Amino acid sequence: MDVPDVRKRWPHRINTVTIGARREAGGTRTSTVTVGGQTTLPFYGFEGELPHPPVVALEVWDIPPVDWPEPAKEPFADVLDDPGRWAQKCVEYGAPLVCLRLKGCDPLIADRTPDEAAHIAQRVRESVGVPLIIWGCGKEDKDNEVFPVVAEALSGENCLLATFTEKNYKTFTALGTAYGHKLVAESPVDINIAKQINILALDAGFPLENIVIFPSTGALGYGIEYVYSIMERTRLAGLQGDKALAMPILCDIASQAWAVKEAKAGVDEVPEWGDPRARGPMWEAVTAYVYLMAGADILVMRHPQAARAVQDMVRKLMAPWPGGPA
Amino acid sequence: MARRSRVILIGERINAGFKDIGRAIREKDPGPIKKWAKLQAEAGASYLDVNIGAVSKDPRDMAWLVKTVQEAVPTPISVDSTQPEVLRAGLAAGDGRPMLINSTTADDEKLARVIPLAVEFGAALLGLAMDERGSPRDVRGRVENGAKIFAAAIEAGLSPDRVFLDPILMPIRFMQDQSPRVLEAIREFSLLSDPPPHISVGLSNICSQAKERSLLARTFLVMAMAMGLDAAICNVLDEELRAAVAAAELVLNREIYSDDFLKASRLKGKGAGEGTGRAG
Repeated sequence: MDVPDVRKRWPHRINTVTIGARREAGGTRTSTVTVGGQTTLPFYGFEGELPHPPVVALEVWDIPPVDWPEPAKEPFADVLDDPGRWAQKCVEYGAPLVCLRLKGCDPLIADRTPDEAAHIAQRVRESVGVPLIIWGCGKEDKDNEVFPVVAEALSGENCLLATFTEKNYKTFTALGTAYGHKLVAESPVDINIAKQINILALDAGFPLENIVIFPSTGALGYGIEYVYSIMERTRLAGLQGDKALAMPILCDIASQAWAVKEAKAGVDEVPEWGDPRARGPMWEAVTAYVYLMAGADILVMRHPQAARAVQDMVRKLMAPWPGGPA
Repeated sequence: MARRSRVILIGERINAGFKDIGRAIREKDPGPIKKWAKLQAEAGASYLDVNIGAVSKDPRDMAWLVKTVQEAVPTPISVDSTQPEVLRAGLAAGDGRPMLINSTTADDEKLARVIPLAVEFGAALLGLAMDERGSPRDVRGRVENGAKIFAAAIEAGLSPDRVFLDPILMPIRFMQDQSPRVLEAIREFSLLSDPPPHISVGLSNICSQAKERSLLARTFLVMAMAMGLDAAICNVLDEELRAAVAAAELVLNREIYSDDFLKASRLKGKGAGEGTGRAG
C-alpha cells in the first residue's frame, strides 16, 4: 500500500542564537550553547532540519531559596548559600547552561543593590565555564537599575539577559548592544504582544536574530495548554516567514512547576500522592516534556533528576529511527 | 480559505510606457532603471516587472534591461513581453534568481511557445485569461481560459505555486460592469486546485483615466484578496496601498496582529526571493 507523503516544506528557518563567548570571541566561557535553526516543527526530523536540539539550563539563585520544598533543595543542600559553588554543582549535574536568578534584588525579598548583584554574577562567571542566563527579579524598575551594572560586569560574555517587556525594552536593547549580550523578550501568554515587543526592540536598533522569546510558562495542570497553543502558533508563524516571531523559545519550567501543590505538597499533606521526592521532579519533567513538544528551545529547570530525564528524552526524540532519513 | 501565503507585490514601474524608462532603454542609460529598481525593492516588491514595451522589439534590449536591474538589486524579476523571443532573451540574461514569465495567454500557439520557456528556465509563469479572440467579458470565459493555462502548465510539470493566473482587470471608468465579474473569476480560480495557483491582476488597469486612482486600486485589491487573490502588478511605492494590504492580511488572519502591524509588514517586505515560497 502506498503511504502518502505528508511532509511539508516550510519557507523559513527559525533564527539561530548562540549564548556564551569563548576567549577568542571576547569572553571567558569554555563552551557555548546554540539553539534554533529549525526548518520544521519540534522533532519532525523526517521533514526538515533540526540542527540544534533543545537545551536545559539549571538555575542558581543569588540568595538561599525562600520557597522551595525540601526535595528541590536536597541536591544542592550544601551550596545554597554560595551561588558560585551552586553553579559548579549544576555543571556537575550535566547542565550545559546556568541560569542565575537575581531574586535577592527584589525589593520585597532582600533588595540587593546593583553592585551586589554584579558581584554575585561575577562570582558565578568565575566559578563555571558554561554560558549564562541572567534573570532579573522581574520588578521592571529594579531590573532597570540592576541590569546596567550586571550587563557591564559580564561584558563580552554573550549572556542571555532575561527578561525585557514593553516597558523596559529600551534599557535592555541598549545594554545588549553595548555589552554584547542576547536578550529574552517576555510576553504574558499573548502572541500579539510577543510580536509587538520584538518589533519595538528592532525599532530600537536591536537585531531580531539576538532575541529569544519567553511567552510565559504555566505548570502542568495550570494553563499549560493555553501556553502550548501560543507557542505552537508562534512557531508556525516563524516557519511561514513572520520574521518578528521566528525566534527560539525559552520556557521557565523551574519556577512554575515547583510552585504548584502537586509538586510541593509534603507526604503528610496528601499521603495518597506518594513520595514528594519522586513526585516533584516528575511533575517538573512532565511539564518540560509538554513544552518540548510545543517548541521549547531552552528550558530553565530546577531539579537535576528532572533535568536529566528531559535531556534523555531530547536525545531519544532527536535520534534517527529505523527506516528514517539519515 | 486555505491560502496562507502573503500578497506578492510586483513592481510595475520599469516599463517603457513610462517616459523616463522608455528614454533610458533607447539611450541605454542605466540610471533611471537602477533608481526605480532600488525604490521598488526597498518598498517591498517581491518581483520587479521589466517591460520594453513599444520602444523596442529587440530581444537584446530586454537582456540589457534584466542585467541592469540585476546589477542594482537582488529582487526576483518578472520578464514582461507578449513576444516569446523577447521573453527568452530576458530569461537567458537571468543570474539564477527566481524569474516570472509575464505572460502567456490561453492561445494554443502561445502556450506551446511560452510554457517550454518556464520549464527550460525554471521560471514561474503568469497566464492572462484571454485567448486569440481577446479578453472574455464574462466569468465563464475567464475561468475557461484560466483553467486551460493552468492545466497546460501542470501538464508540463510546473507545480501550482509556479503558476500565476490573471483574470484581466478592466478600467472602471469605461467598463464598470467588469469588476464584479473579475472578482468572481478570482474566486473560481482559487478553487482550481489545492493548493491553488497564485492569482494576480494588473492593478493599475482598474483606475485607468479615473480620478482617485490610488483609492480605487487599493479598494479593489483588498476586495480581491478576500476572494483569493494573492498577487498584483502595481505601484508598490503607494504607501496607502501597502497599508491596506497589511490591514487586509490581518483581517484574513494570514498575519498575526501586533500594535505596530504596519512596521511588521515593512519588515517582511524586505525578504527578496520569497515570491514563490509557500508551505506545502
